[in-house]
Amino acid sequence: MNLSVLLWGIPQAMRTISKLYPEYASRLQERDLIAQFKLRDVPEGRWIELTGGKIRSRAGLHASPDITIHFKNREIAESFLTPPFDLLERIDAAKNFKIGLDGPDDLAVWFMQTLTRLETVTWKRGTDIGNGVTRYTNGTNSGPIFVYVKDGKIIRTTPIDFDESDAPPWSITARGKTFTPSRRTTVATHGLCLKSMVYSKNRILHPMKRVDFDPDGERNVENRGKSQFVRISWNEALDLVSKEIKRAKAIGPGAICVANGSHHQWGNLGHYLSAFNRFWNLIGVTKLVHTPDSWEGWFWGAMHHWGNSLRLGCPEFYGTVEDCLKEAEMIVFWSSDPDATYGFDGTERRDWAKQLGIKMVHIDPYLNHTAAHLGGKWISPKPGTDAAMAQALCYVWITENLYDKKFIAERTTGFDEWKAYILGENDGISKTPEWQEKETGVPARDVRALAREWGAKKTYLGAGGWGVGLGGAGRSPMGAQWARMMTILGAMQGYGRPGSNFGNLQFGAPLDFNFYFPGYGDGGFSGELMGSANSANNYQRMPHIVTMSSVRQAIPRMWFPEAITQGKAMGYLTDVSSIQGQFFPFGYPSPGHVRVEMLYKYGSSSLGTQVGSNRWIKAYQHESLKFVVNQSVWWEGETRFADVILPACTVFERWDIGEWYNVGAGYVHHMYSMNNHRVIALQHKVIEPLGESKSDYDIFLAISEKLDMGSLYSEGGTSEYDWCKRVFDSSDLFKKISWREFLKKGYFVVPPDPESARAPTANRWFYEGRKKDTPEPYPLPSDYVAGLGKGLQTPSGKFEFIATTLKRIDDPDRPPLNQYIPVYEDGNREPELAEFPLQLLSPHSRYPFHLMGDDEGSSVRDIREHRILKDGRYYLVARINRKDAEARGIHDDDLIRLWNNRGSVVCAAQITDRLRPGVVSASTASAEYRPVGEPGKSTDLGGCINTLNSSKAIARKTHGIRPNTTLIQIEKWAGVDSWQPRAETA
Amino acid sequence: MAKKWNLIVDVERCDNCRGCYIAVKDEHAGNDFPGYAAAQPAHGHHWLDIRRKERGRYPLVEARFQPVMCNHCDDAPCIKAARDDAVQKREDGIVIIDPVKAQGQKQIVDACPYGAVSWNEEKQLPQHWIFDAHLLDAGWDKVRAEQACPTKVFRTLQLEDRDMQRLATEEGLEVERPELGTRPRVYYKNLHLMTHCFVGGTVVHLIGGTEECAPGVTIVLRQAGREVGRAITDAFGEFKIDRLPPRSGRYDLEGTSPAGRRVATVFELGSESPYLGVLTLS
Repeated sequence: MNLSVLLWGIPQAMRTISKLYPEYASRLQERDLIAQFKLRDVPEGRWIELTGGKIRSRAGLHASPDITIHFKNREIAESFLTPPFDLLERIDAAKNFKIGLDGPDDLAVWFMQTLTRLETVTWKRGTDIGNGVTRYTNGTNSGPIFVYVKDGKIIRTTPIDFDESDAPPWSITARGKTFTPSRRTTVATHGLCLKSMVYSKNRILHPMKRVDFDPDGERNVENRGKSQFVRISWNEALDLVSKEIKRAKAIGPGAICVANGSHHQWGNLGHYLSAFNRFWNLIGVTKLVHTPDSWEGWFWGAMHHWGNSLRLGCPEFYGTVEDCLKEAEMIVFWSSDPDATYGFDGTERRDWAKQLGIKMVHIDPYLNHTAAHLGGKWISPKPGTDAAMAQALCYVWITENLYDKKFIAERTTGFDEWKAYILGENDGISKTPEWQEKETGVPARDVRALAREWGAKKTYLGAGGWGVGLGGAGRSPMGAQWARMMTILGAMQGYGRPGSNFGNLQFGAPLDFNFYFPGYGDGGFSGELMGSANSANNYQRMPHIVTMSSVRQAIPRMWFPEAITQGKAMGYLTDVSSIQGQFFPFGYPSPGHVRVEMLYKYGSSSLGTQVGSNRWIKAYQHESLKFVVNQSVWWEGETRFADVILPACTVFERWDIGEWYNVGAGYVHHMYSMNNHRVIALQHKVIEPLGESKSDYDIFLAISEKLDMGSLYSEGGTSEYDWCKRVFDSSDLFKKISWREFLKKGYFVVPPDPESARAPTANRWFYEGRKKDTPEPYPLPSDYVAGLGKGLQTPSGKFEFIATTLKRIDDPDRPPLNQYIPVYEDGNREPELAEFPLQLLSPHSRYPFHLMGDDEGSSVRDIREHRILKDGRYYLVARINRKDAEARGIHDDDLIRLWNNRGSVVCAAQITDRLRPGVVSASTASAEYRPVGEPGKSTDLGGCINTLNSSKAIARKTHGIRPNTTLIQIEKWAGVDSWQPRAETA
Repeated sequence: MAKKWNLIVDVERCDNCRGCYIAVKDEHAGNDFPGYAAAQPAHGHHWLDIRRKERGRYPLVEARFQPVMCNHCDDAPCIKAARDDAVQKREDGIVIIDPVKAQGQKQIVDACPYGAVSWNEEKQLPQHWIFDAHLLDAGWDKVRAEQACPTKVFRTLQLEDRDMQRLATEEGLEVERPELGTRPRVYYKNLHLMTHCFVGGTVVHLIGGTEECAPGVTIVLRQAGREVGRAITDAFGEFKIDRLPPRSGRYDLEGTSPAGRRVATVFELGSESPYLGVLTLS
C-alpha cells in the first residue's frame, strides 16, 4: 500500500475508533504530544498532534515533534505499515535498525501502544451469561478456572466443566472395563482460593519505603525487618529504584543481584522466566542459581545410573497409565503422595486401579493423603533409612531368584559387583531384612513379604511424589542414596516390561504430545536463549528480540546468605544438558565482578521455603547490602526486609496465557500428561489492578522507561495483551480455533490422539532393545554412545549398577556403588544433637502451593488440617504421633514449640496415629514470619518450619538441599520465649 | 408430587482435599445474595465443614472424612425456633434463613442439633449453607461443592421424595442422627466409616525360627459365640473386620491358617478401633 495513504489512514483510524470505543477516546486524553512518521532518505512524512484527546494531522514534516518514528526508506515503511503485519519482518526491521524511534522513551512507548490498541480495543472477551455477569477464564498453579465477574468484581471462580463442543476424551479398556475420564478440570485448593487472595486484606496496594531508609543519608540496613513503612508515590519509587540501579551499575558488573522464587503465578508472560528475565538481561545482574529444588536425590543421584539428565534424573512416563491399568498387579508408592503434591486427575485414575483390584503398598513415615484415600499396606521406615530397606529387598530377590536375569544380562552393567555388595561378600554385612530392621524399624517379615509379592507380581514403582521422581525421601540427607535405590529396584525387575515400570498413574495419560503450545519453561518473551528452553521452539515460532546479560556472576541460591555475610559462596551448576553438567563448580565472587550491594527480590518466599532461613535475616541486615527492593503482591514474611516495596498485581488483574501444567521443555517436558486433558486457557484480565498495584510487566516497563529502555523492553510498546496474541499465533492453536472465538470462550481442549496413534509405553524400547521411540528429544544426540536413539545416556549406554560417571568426580557422599551410608541427623552420632530426639519431616504442603494460598487473607487459612485459629492467630499445624504427644502432655490444638539450634517455631498440635512414633511432620512453606522478638533470634509464631532445617548440602560436591529428617524437640508453648540460635557445627 | 433437592455424600470417596470447603467460601465471602444469604465473613465460618476421624492405631490406621453442612431438614428445629417466619422451607425442600428477618435471632443457631448454623457476629445474623439455592434457581444442576469435588463425593439430586427414599434403601444411605426425627435431605453413603469401628491385627508364624507374615489365615470374630465377622489375612498377615458398633462389649477372635495352625484372642471394644498387634500362630 502507498505510504502516504497508509500514514493518512492512521489518524483517520484513531478518530473512528475513539468515536466507537470510549475506552480508546479516554486513552487519547492521557497524553498531549506530537508524533511524526518520516523517512530517513528523503524528507517525507506525516505528523499527528494529540491535544486533550483531539487529533490533528498533516502530511509533511513538523519542526519540533516530541517523538519520531523513522524508516530507512519507503519500501521498508510500506511493508512495515501494511496489514496484515508480518511479525518476523517487524522484528527484523527493529533489530537491524531499519526503523527507529526518537524522543522520550515513555512517550514513545505510550504512542506505540496507542497505535496497537486501534485493533485490540475492538476485541470482545469473555462470555456473557446474563444478569450482568461475564464468565472469563484464567490459569492457576493447579489448573484453568472459570472466573465470574459482575460490576468489575470477581464473584466466583470454579473449575471448568467442558461443553459439547469440546473434544471428546480418551478411553482405556483394561481387564474388561472401559475407563473414560471426567470432562472437566480438577483444581486444588490453592487454585480455588484465589478470589480470597485477590481481595485479601494483606495485599500491597501502594509503593512503600522503609521509614528509616534514606538513600542520600543513613540507610539503617540493620533495621530491615524491624522498621515500619510509609507510602510513597510511584514516581518517587521509580526514581529511587532507577537511581539505585544506576548507582549499583557504576560500582561494577554484578553489584545488583536479583532473586526470584521457584514458581510464579501461572502463565507464560508474567512468569519470572519471561517478563523478569527479559528486564534483568537488559540491566545485567548477578542471578541466583536455583538447586534442582525437589529433585535433589534424582538429580544428584539417580541420574548417574541411567542418564535422563534433561528430566533431572527422572524416568520418562509415556503410555504408563494404559500399561499400568492393563498389566500391573501391584503399585508400590515409595515416598509418594501425588494427592498432596499436585492436582487430582491422577486421583481418578488411581480409583480405576483400585476398582481393578490392583494391590497398593505405601512406604512413607506418614500415612500420607494418597495412602489414606486408596488404602493398602502401609510401611513406615524411620526417616532417612529407606535405602537400607530397598537393599534388603534386593537381598531377598537375589537369594530367592525373584529378579529379571535376562534384562540384567542384556541391558545393564555392574550387577555382579552389586550382588556381591548385597550379599556382604566384601564388607561382611549381608543386607538382609534383619539387617535393615535395625536401621529402618520396619519388621523383617514385612520386607520379605513385600519382596516376594513384588518379585511375583507385575509391579509399578511409584517413586516420589509424581511416581516418576520428585520430593519426599529424595529431599533428605540420604536422598541421593534413596533415588539411586529406586532406579536399582526398577532395573532388577526389568523396567519397561509390560506391567513393570515407574509411575503411580499420576503421569502418562494418553494425550496428544505433538500439538505445540509453549509452557512457561519455554521462556515467554524473555528473549533469553540459555536460561530457558526458548531456543527449542519458542524463539523460531514467536519472533522476538534476543536478550542476553553481560554479567556472568552467579550465587548458589541456598548459600545466598553466606555470599552476603561472608563474601563468598560456591556451588555446582544445574546444567541438565549432560550427566557431567552437574560437576561444574562455580563461585562467588566471579572473576572481574564485584560484590553484591543491591538485591531486587521478586516475591517473598525465602523465609518460608529456604532451608536454615534465619540465615537470610542475617544477610538482609548485613552492612554490605546497601539497597533492597521487594516486588510482591502480598505482605509476606520476607517482604518487610526491604527498603522499597513495589506492589505487583495478581494474574486476574493483567493478561496472560498458558496451558494446564505445561511447564515447557525447559522443565518437565510434557508435564501435562498429569492431566486427563490438555487445556489451553487465555488468562483474561478480569478486573483492574487493585489500589496502585501494577502487573510485573508494567512495573519493569516503567523502570525501563526511567532508564530509556522502555521501547527495547516492550519491543516498541507491545503490551501483555498483545503478547498473548503473539503466543497464540506462535502455537498450533490458530489452526483449531480463531483468536476472536478463543478470546470469548477462553479455553481450548486439545483432542487426544486416537488409540491407534498413542505414544508408545515408556522404557519399552529399552527393555526390548529397540531404538528409542518415545516422543522426547532426550538425551541430546551427542550423548548417545552407540548411535542416535540407541541405549541410554550413560557411558555404557546401559543401566549401570555401578555408576561410571560417579567414578569421575570422587564425591565421598556418592560412591559409584550405592552403598548404605547412614547420613540422617542422629543424636547418637552427633552429641550436640542429643537433646533433640524427634525427626522432623517438612513436606510440601497439601493445601497451599509453597506460599501460594497461605496468605493471611486466604480462605485456605481456615482449613483445620493446615492452620488452627487460636487467640486470633492462625498457627501452622504440626502433626505428632499420639505417644510422643502423650509423653509431653500435648493435646489436639495445643500450641507447641518446635525447636533446635537453628530455629524455633510455634505450631498447633494435631495428634495422630498416621505418623511413625518419633516423627513430627509440619509443612513448608509459610507465607508468614512473625518473630516474638528480634527477627532471626527469637521464636516464630508464623510457621516458618524451614528455620529448623539444615543448610548443609545433600552431598559434598553438590548444591542441593536436604531438609527431611531434621532433629528437633517439642514442648507445650507457654508464651515465654528464651530461645537463642546456636551456631551450626559441621 | 413435586421434585425436591437432595444431596448424597459418599464418605468413602472423600479425601479431605477441601475443594468443596473452599468453593463454599468462594461463593459467599464478599457476595450478598439478597433473599438467600448475606455475605459470609472472610474468615472463621464453616458453612460446609469436614469432620476428620482416624480409625485404628499405629501401624494399622485409616483416615476418614465426612463433609457436613446444613441438612435442610424436612422437620427443621430452626424453623420452629425462628420468629417472624425468618426461616422458611421452600417447596423444593431447601431451607432458607432469611438474611433480613433473621437478624438478631441467635436462638436459630442454638436450635440446630447439628451445629450447622453459624453466627455472624458483625451482622448479628444466623447463617448456613443454602444448598446453593440461588444457583439452582438460576439453572445450575449441581451444587458448587459437587462441581469442585475431584473425587465425586457429592451427588445433587432433584427427586420426588418417594424416589429418594427408594434410592436411600437401595444404596444403604443414612442421615445424621436419625433419632432426632429432623428428616435431613442430606444423605450419607458409607457413614459407618465415621460411626463404627474395625478390629485389625497382624498374624505371623515362625518358619525355621524366622518370623514370617502369615497370609491366607481365616479370621473369625464372634460375640457370645455368634459369628459377627470374618476376614482373610493378606500377604502381610494383616486383617480388618469392619462395621462394629463402638462400645459393643467383648469379642472373641480366632485365626486358622490353611495348614490348621491357630491363634486366638479376646478384646473389649471401646470407642476406638483397636489394633490387636502381632498375633503369632501356634
